[in-house]
Amino acid sequence: MSTAPDWQQGGFGLYLHWPFCQSKCPYCDFNSHVAARIDQRLWRDAFLAEIARAGRDTSDRILDTVFFGGGTPSLMDPDLVAAILDAIRSTWRTSNSFEVTLEANPSSIEAARFRAYRDAGVNRVSMGMQAMNDDDLRALGRLHSAADALRAFDTARATFERVSFDLIYARQHQTPDDWRTELDRALALGLDHLSLYQLTIEDGTAFGARHAAGKLPGLPDDDRAVALWDITQERTQSAGLPAYEVSNHARPGAESRHNLIYWRSGDWLGIGPGAHGRLTLDGTRYATETPRAPGAWLDGVSRETREGWELSPLPAAEHATEFLLMGLRLAEGVDLDRYDAIAPRALDAQVLAGLAGDGMIELDNRRLRTTSQGRLLLNAVLRALLVDD
Amino acid sequence: MTELSRIRNFSIVAHIDHGKSTLADRLIQLTGTVAERDMKEQLLDSMDIERERGITIKANSVRIEYPAQDGHTYILNLIDTPGHVDFAYEVSRSMRAVEGSLLVVDASQGVEAQTLANVYQAIDADHEIVPVLNKIDLPAAEPERVKEQIEDVIGIDASDAIPISAKSGLGIPDVLEAIVRRLPAPKGDRTAPLKAMLVDSWYDSYLGVVVMIRVMDGIIRKGDRIKMMQTGAVYGIDRLAVLKPAMTDIAELGPGEIGVFTASIKQVRDTRVGDTITHEKKPTDKPLPGFKPAQPVVFCGLFPVDSNEFDDLRDAIEKLALNDASFSYEMETSAALGFGFRCGFLGLLHLEVIRDRLEREYDIDLITTAPSVVYHIHMKDGSVEELHNPADLPDMTYVDHIEEPRIKATILVPDEYLGDVLKLCQDRRGIQEDLTYAGSRAMVVYDLPLNEVVFDFYDRLKSVTKGYASFDYQMTGYRQDYLVKMQVLVNDEPVDALSMMVHRDRAEMRGRAMCEKLKELIPRHMFKIPIQAAIGGRVIARETLSALRKDVTAKCYGGDATRKKKLLEKQKAGKKKMRQFGKVEIPQSAFISALKMDS
Repeated sequence: MSTAPDWQQGGFGLYLHWPFCQSKCPYCDFNSHVAARIDQRLWRDAFLAEIARAGRDTSDRILDTVFFGGGTPSLMDPDLVAAILDAIRSTWRTSNSFEVTLEANPSSIEAARFRAYRDAGVNRVSMGMQAMNDDDLRALGRLHSAADALRAFDTARATFERVSFDLIYARQHQTPDDWRTELDRALALGLDHLSLYQLTIEDGTAFGARHAAGKLPGLPDDDRAVALWDITQERTQSAGLPAYEVSNHARPGAESRHNLIYWRSGDWLGIGPGAHGRLTLDGTRYATETPRAPGAWLDGVSRETREGWELSPLPAAEHATEFLLMGLRLAEGVDLDRYDAIAPRALDAQVLAGLAGDGMIELDNRRLRTTSQGRLLLNAVLRALLVDD
Repeated sequence: MTELSRIRNFSIVAHIDHGKSTLADRLIQLTGTVAERDMKEQLLDSMDIERERGITIKANSVRIEYPAQDGHTYILNLIDTPGHVDFAYEVSRSMRAVEGSLLVVDASQGVEAQTLANVYQAIDADHEIVPVLNKIDLPAAEPERVKEQIEDVIGIDASDAIPISAKSGLGIPDVLEAIVRRLPAPKGDRTAPLKAMLVDSWYDSYLGVVVMIRVMDGIIRKGDRIKMMQTGAVYGIDRLAVLKPAMTDIAELGPGEIGVFTASIKQVRDTRVGDTITHEKKPTDKPLPGFKPAQPVVFCGLFPVDSNEFDDLRDAIEKLALNDASFSYEMETSAALGFGFRCGFLGLLHLEVIRDRLEREYDIDLITTAPSVVYHIHMKDGSVEELHNPADLPDMTYVDHIEEPRIKATILVPDEYLGDVLKLCQDRRGIQEDLTYAGSRAMVVYDLPLNEVVFDFYDRLKSVTKGYASFDYQMTGYRQDYLVKMQVLVNDEPVDALSMMVHRDRAEMRGRAMCEKLKELIPRHMFKIPIQAAIGGRVIARETLSALRKDVTAKCYGGDATRKKKLLEKQKAGKKKMRQFGKVEIPQSAFISALKMDS
């Protein structure tokens, strides 16, 4: 067995956060802001400075992936994206299967930039389609129409090697039949990656406030949510895009390599306001975090004060918790030998046997996986596994 | 030492909130016993819990010097007695230490059940009773009606009742004069051997155990060697004092006087309320009659929420027990709740007070199991066992029959709620003994099983009468009935902390209510959970808690790991408040809530 650092089994990626949107969606609790004017040059300088800084400790590594997330990164000038990717390529060697993903809104404005993004080095887009009919798009606060979205999708597919899109389901008043029809339309487009999220009402969002006030009628109860989930599993499976993660479906081999780094507990650099990273240096795994407010982050970089930047060693128990909570989201599950090497203590054999008996998990040769039922109850499975210290 | 004719000893009988403590404060204030700047509300109630609840738990006393209109100065000793039935024995002892009582009745509320129990104690102690109508200045005051009620219900002459307002000070001088003129002076023989009654005792962190006494005969002095006649223990008096209410040293105390002493006594447990104190060398030949040791009547388990706090709980219970001889405890282990103590109390209020003190003064979070009474288990071999904990019930094949304690409950209630009260008592297996009217209020007397009363009876009574009923009870004895142990099984595992003794006829109803309640209280698990109530092997009620269907976070990427991990940490901490039963986790709050249910 090699004594290579654990992160290498997950890979090494770079996440870059663009914190701006044209408008804030009512369900979104991400770090996104609506700004009238954005000085893209200032942002370029700051991103480049951060990339150079990150390179100091890691330039000997091979970079597997880059992910432009947000916010709405498809609002970034293609020149800015190009400058960033140039800097990245001159800092790290990149892997043969180097994946560069950019999140995009499916509107005509963005579609016009797709070619320029591709020329800058983006080879995968993830489009926030969210719904395939106008009424539901409006209810979700999206600015695009279903027809816009399909046109943008066609452009994307003609431009990039790989295209994925997101749909949100378990929406207000959505019936199992509605969802089956909508999902089948999406699958008929013949893509090889789909993210299918059940709508979650988060505190601190417009939906959260409306829900608390009882003004979000028609949300599914548990039984309907489970029925919708079952339809999702069944339709994607038969279309050849099984779930490889709780909410992500792909033709085998077409998975998001970047996101797999998170779920497989690799190392990733987090660059931009509110970005989190995990980085193993000299055998210690660190969690990094930056201020969420765009102005504060920009100031911190340009004045080189970096006030409020976190770089804290991750205790073994927390590392182990993350390893499980991320890894058990994957259909492939986790390697218990890896877990034992990270964790202060092995998992309780009795708890494992109990969960297996209840049909929540499978143990196969030191590989621990959630069953499809167990994945639907993952939080409960994790609570059972992570008994007190 | 004071002339017997210049001494008056009295207590105040009143219902909660009728103004007993305020009146005591005014008496102290008007006679200048306490400097104005030292006055604080309810001088005599020294425990936080006493002040908060407006109740007196420990007896307390104050010595007041009063220059009366006849030109003489009198020593007035007020003993403030506990007002609650749980402390009935202590009340009876305090009553025997004085010759008269002020009966304080709220002129707007009238006589309450608790007033009755205490005034009967005063009558039993041959007290001269002076009725006092308080809150006379309230618009709702009805002094004439209340006087009539005192005469009807209690049967004493109320024509000379003194109208006062303890709050404003109105009528207080009249009360002081009436104490001197209407209450008898104590009797006693100063040449006889020492005979003093132990009225109360408490632990003071500076002085050790302080003993309150009433001297009947003889003289007690600092340095005397005294003997406690029940325990046989001998002590030397270190310090002799009177309470004003601050401790003020005094050289000697003679007949009729009330004071305190310290004598290097280590534990309050070494002193017995009602005991007779005499001189070691020249003892009295006749101890005071009526001594009886305290008997706990209600038992429950006390367990620390955090099992790491067991040692702290033990220390705290030991300390409290030093100061409260009526509180008993023994270690108990429960599969559900771990290590704890089975504790015996004088009643439900006593239970609450001890629990509150453990939680507040010692900062320990507690789980309290269902209160249970003491059953007499008559075995087939003729022996009798006392059962304090349903979990200890012997195999029924060896049991001939079971007896349970009964009480006589007196309830005073406005007319319009009478029907609900009768129904409640009937539902609780009560047998009506008396029903009379005093004005628009009914007085009902019921013979009830104590086990039906310890089970949320007060709460139900309060709720069906919107708080207008008053209630009091006394133990009457034991009676055989068809009693069974009801067990609760969660996912087929018996939960010992939820077992209870119930009457067979009430078992289905209680079992159903318990299962329904638990179904609400236990969070859903990954599997469905049967919740059953059973007698022996027979299931009498059943509910099924359906399985959790969906509990997963839809989106979890690099930036979510930290937040998700913190959430899990929080849930893990929440798990400490859960108890594991086989595969099922039951929140501790369920043990408390499951036992409070609507019938």
